[in-house]
Amino acid sequence: MKLKKYTGVFLLLVSASVINHCGGAAGKAVLASDAAKKVYVAPGEKDEIYFFTSGGFNGNVGVQGIPSGRFLKNIPVFSQHTENGYGFDEETKDMLLTSKGYIPWDDTHHAELSHTKGNQDGRWLFINGNNTPRIARIDLDSMETKEIIEIPNTAGNHGSPFLTENTEYLMAATRFSIPIPQKDMAIEDLSKGKFNGTITMVKVDPKDGKMSIDLQVLVPGFSYDLARCGNDKSHDWCFFSMYNTEQAHKMLEIGASKNDKDFIMAFNWAKAKKCSDEGKSINFSGVYQHNILPENMPAISKRLSGVKLLKPKDCPGMMYMMPTAKSPHGVDVDPSGEFIIGSGKLASIITVHSFAKLLKAIEDKNNITGMAGGEIPILKYESTMTGEVQKPCLGPLHTEFDNKGFGYTSCFVSSEVVKWKLGTWEVVQKLPAYYSIGHLSVVGGDTKNPYGKYLVAMNKITKDRYLSTGMELVQSAQLYDISGSKAELLLDFPTVGEPHYAQMIPASMLEKKMKKIYRLEENNHPYATKNEKDARVVRNGSTVHVYMTSIRSHFKPDTIEVKKGDSVFFHITNLEQDWDIPHGFAIFAANAPNILVMPGQTKTVRYNAKESGIFPFYCTDFCSALHQEMQQYIRIQ
Amino acid sequence: MEFLKGNLSKISRYLVLVSVILLTLVFFIPIWNISLTAPQYPEGLSMNIWIYNITGGTEYDVKNINLLNHYIGMKEISKDSIPELKFMPYVLAYTILGALITFLFPKRIMVILGIVNLFLVGIVGLGDFWKWEYDYGHNLNPEAPIIVPGMAYQPPLLFCKDLLNINACSVPHAGGYSLFAVIAILVFIIWYERRLELKNNP
Repeated sequence: MKLKKYTGVFLLLVSASVINHCGGAAGKAVLASDAAKKVYVAPGEKDEIYFFTSGGFNGNVGVQGIPSGRFLKNIPVFSQHTENGYGFDEETKDMLLTSKGYIPWDDTHHAELSHTKGNQDGRWLFINGNNTPRIARIDLDSMETKEIIEIPNTAGNHGSPFLTENTEYLMAATRFSIPIPQKDMAIEDLSKGKFNGTITMVKVDPKDGKMSIDLQVLVPGFSYDLARCGNDKSHDWCFFSMYNTEQAHKMLEIGASKNDKDFIMAFNWAKAKKCSDEGKSINFSGVYQHNILPENMPAISKRLSGVKLLKPKDCPGMMYMMPTAKSPHGVDVDPSGEFIIGSGKLASIITVHSFAKLLKAIEDKNNITGMAGGEIPILKYESTMTGEVQKPCLGPLHTEFDNKGFGYTSCFVSSEVVKWKLGTWEVVQKLPAYYSIGHLSVVGGDTKNPYGKYLVAMNKITKDRYLSTGMELVQSAQLYDISGSKAELLLDFPTVGEPHYAQMIPASMLEKKMKKIYRLEENNHPYATKNEKDARVVRNGSTVHVYMTSIRSHFKPDTIEVKKGDSVFFHITNLEQDWDIPHGFAIFAANAPNILVMPGQTKTVRYNAKESGIFPFYCTDFCSALHQEMQQYIRIQ
Repeated sequence: MEFLKGNLSKISRYLVLVSVILLTLVFFIPIWNISLTAPQYPEGLSMNIWIYNITGGTEYDVKNINLLNHYIGMKEISKDSIPELKFMPYVLAYTILGALITFLFPKRIMVILGIVNLFLVGIVGLGDFWKWEYDYGHNLNPEAPIIVPGMAYQPPLLFCKDLLNINACSVPHAGGYSLFAVIAILVFIIWYERRLELKNNP
């Protein structure tokens, strides 16, 4: 009760200071004088950087250009997309299958660009589904979702998908611990230690990016929050932050905020893999769906079961707990792989652990002060801690790094970004953020060689930053120039959905390899029609397959006749081989959205002929001077 | 007349050999290029004419040019509809053979014959090219979706011309320049031989 009151007063004071600070005038006054020039991308010119945002509750990934902030694409991932038929059409609907059935939505949080030798390689973007645990792979040469794998034995796939130095593995940690395997029990049993979490090692095939579940490690029933993996000397290790080590089962707001220190878990994944290979893991239950979308083909969805499960006690030396200032949220590793930064979101310090000290500390048993969950050694705070950023701000959350030895930490409560120096842990600059920043992102800020130059703050509260749109407002991001000795605010720009984490990559690494068309001669879709002469209608009982082509500015076959009660599959092949000439397809009162068919692509939409009559269909994507004429009829007898 | 019966000098003989190489090159490089630009085609569309083929500047350019042309009712451009592309390689082979014979039996008269031959081939070739351009530009499908009264779409023989929203340019490609170079070399040989003759028999 006392604590609650205290928190209330604390937040009031904070908000008062935010209000004092951030009147419109203050917001404008901090702008660099040449800010406009720095963000202006003239007509016909292109942005320097691609910005990939998680869409949060829209289940997608947004693509924007930096420094202009211009919106470029909304990549459908876990959510049905009425714009192009993703998740509805026969090719992609199985991408949204899970072991719990068809789930056409998720909550995306952490966009991770693939790494080779600790640097961006421009191959794939991975993103987690937090709600129904999944990880998706987006191919960056098409910016399309190509694979989704479900994670079994977990709930709340939040600490995910954090990748190792060469994208050998993606780590996925449980946010909401549960009984594993799932079964009914009292919710209070969480507090008795009967719930668990898992750390899942998802293997990534270096050739094609295909994901597979390699190993799960059973961990105590805490709330695993975020993670980062090491580079160079810390290559074999990943680090996970956590809260609710108190194991409160209700009113977590209070119950999970009691301990002065929670943990960052150091996990030697190479050792875990070795233990498992030596037969120390067990075969465990767990059903999960694995969906792959091959190039220009229908998705292949497989239901798999069984995982390898490893318990920390069966692999000593694999996991250690490093006490970290209260309820750490972000855990971030600096470019050298030496410093592990824990942001205690309810504390007013940022804890810095040293990897070298960690290796030394685990040599000496005297450094072990207890066992978390009865099996994971807890190390002395001082044995791994190498520095603290003192009083940086209120509510520190996430840290990214530039190429000049500085860390940038986002602070939710005091609504600012703090810039501090690696090694001396001194705060050198405070940058207000409007308002209440969550994640932040520096170009290549999680790599061994950050590109630096720009930092984007993703703010959680928008209020008066844009023209009002009623109660529901767009989410606001802010761009800072961090190339000079003093960072400067340049621009406010809106984002799509509610971005949590986002990553940026120089456009020069992606733009040249971007695909423009699907090549018709490589189209192996079973229902492709590669020549107008082959366009036809094939009946099989009450199922009708329409092999249809579209090209400027007509469909073939011209007119279609079916019978009432028929199930009609329209397989549309776009015969165009020119960039940016998709054709759309929509039928009167169909129980599905339109589909967009890219040049050379085949897509299928199912239509139930419910009532007799004459019904139109047409091209929905303005394709040509005779687009409006691209319309025809289906007759239902 | 005595001059023409004379043998070529060593230098001229080797220049004839250079002509053989330049003529042979024409089998491997396009001779002419037609390019189209329009506001919505910033990357351009283009077509290369070879001695035996028509290809797109990029893989799908010919297909896309035909797609645009169908709106105005232009006939489909394809290598199969132009019979000249089938016998032109033989004409080229004939000129190469002539040049080789000249190299082996280096008579000045052969060079003169070569110039005449190439000149004739060039004139007939360009005339034929113009005829095809005229045919494509004027003989349009009367049922075409877009008919602009009085408008013809004949591309230029050389340089650029606006055709509705499209700027069409027609210029020689490397093979064309190669052919021009051969004519220039042969003319040079005659000039050079004449000069030698005058020097030796003033």
